Amino acid sequence: MSDLARTPKVAFRNPADEGRTTKIVLLLLSLAFLVFFLFLPLLSVFVEALREGWETYFEALAEPDAWAAIRLTLLVAAIAVPLNLVFGLCASWAIAKFEFKGKAFLITLIDLPFSISPVISGLVYVLLFGSGSLLGPLLKSWGVEILFAVPGIVLATVFVTFPFVARELIPLMQDQGSGDEEAALSLGASGWQTFRYVTLPNIKWGLLYGVLLCNARAMGEFGAVSVVSGRIRGLTNTMPLHVEILYNEYNMVAAFAVASLLALLALVTLALKTLLELQFGAGNAGGRH
Amino acid sequence: MTHNATASSAKWRLKQPSIIPGFGLTLGFSLAYLSLIILIPVAGLLWRTAELGWSGFFAVLTDRRTLDALYISFGTAFLAALVNVVFGTILAWVLTRYNFRGRRLIDAMVDLPFALPTAVAGIALASLYAPNGWIGSLFMPFRIAFTPLGIVIALIFIGLPFVVRTVQPIMEEIDREVEEAAATLGANRFQAISKVILPGLTPAILTGFALAFARGVGEYGSVIFIAGNIPYVSEIAPLLIVIRLEEFNYAGATAIATIMLLISFMMLLVINLIQAWSRRRYGNV
Repeated sequence: MSDLARTPKVAFRNPADEGRTTKIVLLLLSLAFLVFFLFLPLLSVFVEALREGWETYFEALAEPDAWAAIRLTLLVAAIAVPLNLVFGLCASWAIAKFEFKGKAFLITLIDLPFSISPVISGLVYVLLFGSGSLLGPLLKSWGVEILFAVPGIVLATVFVTFPFVARELIPLMQDQGSGDEEAALSLGASGWQTFRYVTLPNIKWGLLYGVLLCNARAMGEFGAVSVVSGRIRGLTNTMPLHVEILYNEYNMVAAFAVASLLALLALVTLALKTLLELQFGAGNAGGRH
Repeated sequence: MTHNATASSAKWRLKQPSIIPGFGLTLGFSLAYLSLIILIPVAGLLWRTAELGWSGFFAVLTDRRTLDALYISFGTAFLAALVNVVFGTILAWVLTRYNFRGRRLIDAMVDLPFALPTAVAGIALASLYAPNGWIGSLFMPFRIAFTPLGIVIALIFIGLPFVVRTVQPIMEEIDREVEEAAATLGANRFQAISKVILPGLTPAILTGFALAFARGVGEYGSVIFIAGNIPYVSEIAPLLIVIRLEEFNYAGATAIATIMLLISFMMLLVINLIQAWSRRRYGNV
């Protein structure tokens, strides 16, 4: 903490700065707050997971139901993230490159899933495809299961991760304007070539940033998925749902072992995100997720 | 707003002319996808509520368990957002103004609640604040987990980055000369901060509060493990929706969801109003 005060060691106190004591008090207060609410919870995940040693830890992860949950989580993210990626590119192209009526309203609608409780995000699909609905029994008679099956989980995940890529790209592309694209088009590039060789290189880091956040949420979503999944072990259990089941069975070591994988995913996401911010200044406008 | 209002262009036009291609394709796909994933399902929820009729809706709304769950959700979210406003603002200040070892790391870690799956946060906080947990045991015989206070703890965790990340960029833009001017004019540091700096930060702090509050009201995963989930005492509204669904009481679940949805939309409106007000008052922030 020696470089706390940037002022030289003479008896001068910058009147537009707090005194040393105030600084130390505020700093310690912030650190104590973070320790109680961020660092200890994070640490406890790994400590609880390794409470009975590495062997038990790996045994818990190698269990067939845990494996099935990991595979399902990866599968759901592998479907949901590309879908929202394509949507994000389309929406940001339409919104950033053109002036049209109702644009502000469209942006508000894209943000809608952020202000809806995850449980409600799941509920809307239960109402749409459940037994009391019009669609559910019809699809069932064709042999298509949505609810309590993988398609429902994918839909709920797509819903909650819907805005992530679009949100990152819209401000970025609006800032960049359409000058580059107009130049490319006037030089004879086709629309696709313009997008592929002019727009995409311009937005790639912002795009990566959005995909990163989208993926973290897709793999970690709990509320929405738990409503539509039916929690069938080995079949419709994603990793977060499996954590809940193990925890409620008082199988703490196994619960925290699976949770530790998700915590690692969060740490990797944060590290990559920080790296992107430092290197490329992507996502300065973040913080509304 | 962006419409070019020359006298001759009185003809209604969806979009301004542009040489860039792909408008129809990208907007068409976006609208179709938005409708399928978001609009039609949400409209279905509102439709189901309308089918209940006013009497059915009010029967659910005035049920004591519903009212208590809503009260607990909104009350705990309000308290947590309040705590986050105080500590989040201090934290943002420390991160923007002070130079200390590990600042970068701490700055990055503030986003942990965005990245950490809620269920993981839930079981970690529950085991930590339980009577036999690392923190919970320090406070015995006073119980934190499995009481409404536990809900507040979980919501503080969830809401923290909303306040910090909304306030921090505005703090970074504060012109140091304003503070120097205040000092030159005889203000002490406390006066400079409370009378010069804080008023400029108020819209950002209010927005951060509203975002943290809105998120807290709907939060489910991190809360249910630490709450204890006792009806009328520590049962949050999203959990009551899940319970009603598991009882196949779709009407009950739908009505509670609609109330929460309406309140969320009002919150969204309030956030937009705060931002419009701050733009008018403090220029483009």
